Amino acid sequence: MSIARFWRETPRRYNLGGSKCATCGTVSFPPRVVCPTCTHHRQSIGKMAPFQLSGEGEVESFTVVHEAAEGFEMQVPYVLALVRTPEGPVLTGQIVDVEPGEVAIGLPVRATFRKLREEGKAGVIHYGYKFSPRTEDDPAPPRGRTAPVPREAPAPERAKA
Amino acid sequence: MEAGIVSYGAYVPRYRITPSEIGRVWGSDGATVGQGLNVERKSVPAPDEDTITISTEALRTALVRGAIDPQQIGAMYVGSESHPYAVKPTATVVAQAVGATPNLTAADFEFACKAGTAAIQTCLGLVGSGMIRYGVAIGTDTSQGAPGDALEYSASAGGAAFVIGRDRVICRVHATRSYTTDTPDFWRREGQRYPSHGGRFTGEPAYFRHVTECARGMMEAVGASPSDYRHVVFHQPNGKFPQRVGKQLGFTEAQMRYGLVTPRIGNTYSAAALLGLANVLDHAGAGERILMVGYGSGAGSDAFDLETTDALVDFDRNHGRAVQWYLDHGVEIPYAVYAKFRGKIHLAEG
Repeated sequence: MSIARFWRETPRRYNLGGSKCATCGTVSFPPRVVCPTCTHHRQSIGKMAPFQLSGEGEVESFTVVHEAAEGFEMQVPYVLALVRTPEGPVLTGQIVDVEPGEVAIGLPVRATFRKLREEGKAGVIHYGYKFSPRTEDDPAPPRGRTAPVPREAPAPERAKA
Repeated sequence: MEAGIVSYGAYVPRYRITPSEIGRVWGSDGATVGQGLNVERKSVPAPDEDTITISTEALRTALVRGAIDPQQIGAMYVGSESHPYAVKPTATVVAQAVGATPNLTAADFEFACKAGTAAIQTCLGLVGSGMIRYGVAIGTDTSQGAPGDALEYSASAGGAAFVIGRDRVICRVHATRSYTTDTPDFWRREGQRYPSHGGRFTGEPAYFRHVTECARGMMEAVGASPSDYRHVVFHQPNGKFPQRVGKQLGFTEAQMRYGLVTPRIGNTYSAAALLGLANVLDHAGAGERILMVGYGSGAGSDAFDLETTDALVDFDRNHGRAVQWYLDHGVEIPYAVYAKFRGKIHLAEG
């Protein structure tokens, strides 16, 4: 992945920065310029505000990966899951700090900050969200909305004449 | 000094390895080595954890606990000897990840195991002078000892973040004092994978001299004696050195009870004394006086005369994992998995 592309995506990867439609309230992740659920899509243009997800969620479905993607060889077998957030969006992410057999549909999880991959030994290191299980005896804090408005606010599209 | 600690957070990776497991691989009596060091087990970072991720987790906990707006952070310093980049500051990624960018100054500190306490001193100056509202000082490491070296039995991973400010101070800093000399007890040359050390030379002329001189100088400066403190925290490269130096200085085991965490998680280097302080703050009530003395090879010590305030009672300490949680939890792994996680196995270039 190019340095510029990853850099542009850091608000969403580091801080779960999405967008929220001011017209219907639908939350999107990654952020969108146009609301996908408004009946008249054009009504939402210019009304999509930056919105940060809380990082809470539960496993909607998952798979255990044995044939690793490049850069993940040290972590097999690892769990890749679809995580349903209370705000609405479903995120794809790795579940860490867990044995694959302990993951089940409905498992409560919370976003954690991890190394995603590195561009070789001399290249840039990419960081972002993964998820870890949230158990009853684990008081790990909700992340809250500690970050300010992401810089990746989608620019309003110009209405075509 | 008006500035003090307004919030803190800790993070220790999930995995653990025991000295007996390490000794099994190298043909040593690891259990005896562990007993000699007073280290029962040490933490091991997962392959996707490093000083940047650990610092971020610790700081996120601190910001939530203290309900601190990250945009009010004016300075961020991360102390470590295991920064992922030789050139590109850890603090830039951490600041971005907690939403503190762009209006702050940031830098990485390195002073062996005391870079975190040096970062606290810097933040105290900036906050105390009114230049910034909040300063963040983090001590984190994922240090390694060379395979088979004595350091391998203790070198571990962890981090602690402290937010320095003037509003709602939970722990006052009455005074801080340092003691620094040129003492080559432990070092790592540029480009070298593992550190080198002077063996027994790391003891008397290095750790013990600096910690005792700095602690005595601190107590003399504020007119205190060991019995004036409820808690004492020393840098803890193993579980044995801090116990011995505490005894030399006249502190009791009860005073060291919460400040000594290395036996359960190993030597977290830049985080070692700070995790001890975090554990003390997790357990302390209001008005309890604390002496903390950090140590970094090379060599130097930073001492802090601290006292908890009434604000600590209302502080949301239960929000997030306490240090005790990390001491009690953890998943033990065999040496082969540890070697894989720590990149000690050479893979085909591809």
